[in-house]
Amino acid sequence: MISFEALHAAPLALTAHAPVLMVVGPLIAACAAALAPTARTSWMISVTGSIFAAWMALALLGEVARRGAVDYYIGGFAPPLGIAFHIDGLSVFMALLISSAGVMASLYSGHSLSAEVRAEKHTLVQAGFLLCQSGLLGLVSTGDAFNAFVFLEVSSIGTYALIAIGEKRDRRALPAAFNYLIMGTIGATFYVVGVGFLLAATGTLNMADMGARLATLGDSSVVQAGFAFVVVGLGIKAAMFPLHGWLPGAYSYAPSLISIFLAATATKAAIYLMARFVFDVFPDGAAFGQGFIAWVLAPLAATAAIVCSLQAVFEKEIRRMLAFSSVAQVGFILMGLSLATVAGASAGLFYLGAHALLKMTLFMALGGLAISMGARRLDELAGVARDAPWSATAFAIGAASLAGVPLTLGFLAKWRLIEAALQAGQIWIVAVLATASLLTLLYVGRMLEAIFFRAAPAGAPRAREAPVGVLAPLWILAGLNLWFGIDASLPEKLANAGALALLGGTP
Amino acid sequence: MSFILSHFNYIAVAVLMMAGLFIVFSSGNLIKRMIGLAIFQTATGLFYISLGKVSGGTAPIVVEPNSPEARELASRLDPAYLAQHGVDGVVYSNPLPNVLILTAIVVGVATLAVGLAIAVRVREAFGSVEADEIEVLSRVESTQPGPRA
Repeated sequence: MISFEALHAAPLALTAHAPVLMVVGPLIAACAAALAPTARTSWMISVTGSIFAAWMALALLGEVARRGAVDYYIGGFAPPLGIAFHIDGLSVFMALLISSAGVMASLYSGHSLSAEVRAEKHTLVQAGFLLCQSGLLGLVSTGDAFNAFVFLEVSSIGTYALIAIGEKRDRRALPAAFNYLIMGTIGATFYVVGVGFLLAATGTLNMADMGARLATLGDSSVVQAGFAFVVVGLGIKAAMFPLHGWLPGAYSYAPSLISIFLAATATKAAIYLMARFVFDVFPDGAAFGQGFIAWVLAPLAATAAIVCSLQAVFEKEIRRMLAFSSVAQVGFILMGLSLATVAGASAGLFYLGAHALLKMTLFMALGGLAISMGARRLDELAGVARDAPWSATAFAIGAASLAGVPLTLGFLAKWRLIEAALQAGQIWIVAVLATASLLTLLYVGRMLEAIFFRAAPAGAPRAREAPVGVLAPLWILAGLNLWFGIDASLPEKLANAGALALLGGTP
Repeated sequence: MSFILSHFNYIAVAVLMMAGLFIVFSSGNLIKRMIGLAIFQTATGLFYISLGKVSGGTAPIVVEPNSPEARELASRLDPAYLAQHGVDGVVYSNPLPNVLILTAIVVGVATLAVGLAIAVRVREAFGSVEADEIEVLSRVESTQPGPRA
């Protein structure tokens, strides 16, 4: 059994300030990367900044296990007047996910960027990538509702620019980035309006304080309006069905570094914030919260899982397939959370982590293949497994995990979700899961059939195997998919701690 | 009628917000959509600032007790309130929403800058800033194989 209590990852002086260092580290690295003289230097800065953030997240993991939760007051001003970072089991789970995704993506970016982005833009891409990472880490660690908006926008603005930079390979990246910017900004503004309503009702912005005051306030139309605005705003950012229109374009045409990082983190951070509001800030017994979970969240999540899986089945471009599959998987995660039990939330978080890992594997493998192929459509990838067996095999492992083949992480994630749904007596969720999983099998089958079993058309240019700099992080990810599929005690423990922090109760 | 008058600021905010959103969704021109977005964000700013206003309240800068300024400010207040708190019971508006919206304005300006920059690049790549023309050109793209490195 792994014990987080004994984990002392960093010296005491660093651990004491780890919550803020985790966010500021990548931020400073972003400035340094923007000023770096060469692409190579900026890449090294990017890797260093990401590793530093992951190190701080590890230090926090031990600290949270020992103390339950870490509160850090910025500038020493205590809440509710000052801005506080509040790190509990859930924040640490998200921070570890985001920072390790950052490390993997930045390691990979050393080779991929030169094929996808003009050389003089590399320093800026790395800066934007670090900025995005810093914003997401801030978002999951802050305990202040308005501060969360600022971090949300720091990460989003970085993301818009990074998606648009994919224009060298595919000019559709530009309208996709523009659409995302419009939708994302509307989402963030809705969130701000919602926070304004809650500020008017409670007079505070600190989430814990807000929760305590809302509990005594009872039902009022101001609180309900605030709830609606916050949930719709974050629903757009989280690509919650039917607000997901921006996502396929944004994921498909961005440089692969960005697809990899976004697929693992961006929507997940918004889901995190939504879960915080729905379960932590708003009073548990409130009728409108219960009604939202039962009649809006769960049905929409179920629709997403089925409709978007179907869309993925009929899609021709492979990256769009994966993007639609992401929306469907967001549905799976939200279904887990909508059970509103500790087992359900734990299964949802486990699924969130599993999906982040396997989608990263898939996008990275695809990026590795596309470096030499430039392929967009599925039929262009016909038979690449013969020329690039290592990338293709890693892709197959990720795909198996996505489909939920036993002995992979994806299987355990689905299994836990079904278990939690049965425990909560929600048989219909099991039925939806089974249907959506069958559809997943269909589109995963289509991808694997093209890559492995179809012969390359005569005269088609041959693919080359991806360089070692791509294969190394790719196989670490693929290996983790298999390792956690056999021994999942580490992610299980993290997800359980997160669920307990979210819903309360004893382990 | 009195409801409309007492909630005038909120009604104005709602109208502006809907106008902004309508422009964003009805217009196909990327620049016009950015303008709609800016109106939408400005309406939020107005909403926050009117939240912070306390009737009879002054700017939140401490006023010296028993000074002519304090007396002058007190003369604008409700007599019932004055009887309870005296001349020095100056009412201040809430500064917090103003500070918040200052941050939101900065975020909004950054978003606007990035959005307009992307619109310029769209114009260079597609030769148009009309969403439907870009849509047609994009559809052609999806039938063609990707570029090779």
